[in-house]
Amino acid sequence: MVDSTRETDVVVIGGGPAGLAAATAAANEGADVLLVDRNVQLGGILNQCIHDGFGLHAFGKILTGPEFADRYVREALEAGVTACTDTLVSNLSRNREIICTTSGKRSRIRAKSIVLAMGCRERTRGMIQIPGTRPAGVYTAGMAQWLTNMANIRIGQRVVILGSGDIGLIMARRLTWEGAEVSAVIEKLPYPSGLARNITQCLEDYDIPLYLSHSVSYIHGRDRVEAVTVAKVDEVGEFIRRSEFRIPCDTLLLSVGLIPENELSRQAGIQIDPATSGASVDERYMTNVEGIFSCGNVLHIHDLADWAAEEGDRAGRSAAAFALGGYRSSNAAARVPISAGDGVRYVVPQSADRSTQELLLSFRVTAPRDEATICVNAGDSSLATKKLRRAHPASMVQMSVATDHPFDESGLEVRST
Amino acid sequence: MTTRIVTCILCPNGCELEVGYQGEPSEETLHVDGNRCPKGKHYALDELLDPKRTLTTSVLVLGGEQPLISVKTATPISRALVSKARSEIQGAVARAPVAIGDVILANVAGTGVDVVVTRGTHLRHEHGK
Ligand SMILES: Cc1cc2nc3c(=O)[nH]c(=O)nc-3n(C[C@H](O)[C@H](O)[C@H](O)COP(=O)(O)OP(=O)(O)OC[C@H]3O[C@@H](n4cnc5c(N)ncnc54)[C@H](O)[C@@H]3O)c2cc1C
Ligand code: SF4
Repeated sequence: MVDSTRETDVVVIGGGPAGLAAATAAANEGADVLLVDRNVQLGGILNQCIHDGFGLHAFGKILTGPEFADRYVREALEAGVTACTDTLVSNLSRNREIICTTSGKRSRIRAKSIVLAMGCRERTRGMIQIPGTRPAGVYTAGMAQWLTNMANIRIGQRVVILGSGDIGLIMARRLTWEGAEVSAVIEKLPYPSGLARNITQCLEDYDIPLYLSHSVSYIHGRDRVEAVTVAKVDEVGEFIRRSEFRIPCDTLLLSVGLIPENELSRQAGIQIDPATSGASVDERYMTNVEGIFSCGNVLHIHDLADWAAEEGDRAGRSAAAFALGGYRSSNAAARVPISAGDGVRYVVPQSADRSTQELLLSFRVTAPRDEATICVNAGDSSLATKKLRRAHPASMVQMSVATDHPFDESGLEVRST
Repeated sequence: MTTRIVTCILCPNGCELEVGYQGEPSEETLHVDGNRCPKGKHYALDELLDPKRTLTTSVLVLGGEQPLISVKTATPISRALVSKARSEIQGAVARAPVAIGDVILANVAGTGVDVVVTRGTHLRHEHGK
């Protein structure tokens, strides 16, 4: 069944920024680390993100995706991480064993701890149900990005983009630069879901119209896309009758969201939080399965690679401590829930040990606001507050909480008012 | 007083800058509100006088493990010259091996700025050894 078996301290699954940072951190703590990725090149999704805007947070420099990845790859190799590329992990079990395949050979790896960093995948047309034929020329924005930037394949001449997420916006500019005509970006919500700076530099710079509160109601064309019908939508997302208009195009890109890639996690019985579609973790990023940690986009979707990497760093240090014996496990009675209150969609981590003294909370608000006050409450007392200028569901917010008292046994709640 | 709203693109904050000036925009006449850091003011002035953008794209490579390498202008260039720079870069072909930081094209579109590699590639036969 398997051709070989090996053992190591820490296995990290996924070599994107989160996995690279986790592996580096664990190796720097003295653990033997094996980093496994199914691609031939480390760096994850960053290799295809050739635009700039990365690294300001992590390195104080503006870098492109591949440059950002390169720095993390170097750091990992210098720290002594063993990288197994071109290696697909197909099984993960509760007792911290993985089965992986490299050029047809299957091997089993037993680890003292495991970090999950498998990233995410894109939502597709099937998941959002647009009526019409099934012609060629419909791509997810990330697929289009890979074809354009990695494979040198031209995807089309007249393009409509559904969804105003950052990947779609970046692709609007990229395809314009490649000589295609991007006719419109269509967004169902009354506000764009990408960063303001991408609206400016990717759409406004090239006079690409953005239709807010609109969606694609029909895709036309038999063999290849010929046009889409676009219509206004009301507050509950229903099409408004007689608001339709047709935009001729040969390509439709979907930039309608990302979902954490948690098939392996489910196999191991890891609990998934419906609000994030990622694992439920504690303050050290450990899942409900002892010794298995999670970070980056597989845990919850990050808009910035810098933050995915920072989370990886924390998870990697926890995993090393677990593997090397410096980890004090908290019993269930000492753990309290962290919940999303009014105005907040989710919070990571989902629980914490009551004696935690420093805690980093990552969360998203439910609706855009010009100003918001974020409060972290424990029972009746307030642990921290923060004022935000412009809160937006598309921008993840992070907040640190420091305390020298044990948390109230009712747990913590994060709310936005 | 002339006023304008400018979105700063220098970092993910994307501050909405309220920009006002009397007469010609300059370091002295410009008043900027809404910037969360000092870089916003310089950005606003640039945006009024000569907007600048970093061009990032890919270039064909011969003999590499991959068909494309990715490149960028080493610093932001005048937005008015992005299109010219793009056509110059489109004509370029690189030869593997190519490494991060290599200059693929010097002084693109007469801007004085070089085009540098952001993702390189090894020679093809090096693969699988
Ligand atoms: C198309 C796209 C474009 C993006 N553009 C930007 C951007 O411009 N700027 C920005 O800041 N953020 C961007 N993001 C967000 C980006 O996801 C994060 O910033 C960051 O890359 C997440 O890092 P990660 O390590 O969690 O995941 P990833 O970078 O996705 O890495 C996950 C890795 O896990 C590997 N893997 C998955 N499953 C397995 C398995 N079973 N076996 C072995 N290996 C496996 C994958 O091959 C991949 O290399 C983009 C995301 C996507 C999907
Ligand atoms: S003004 Fe400063 S903080 Fe605001 S977007 Fe520009 S660089 Fe970022």
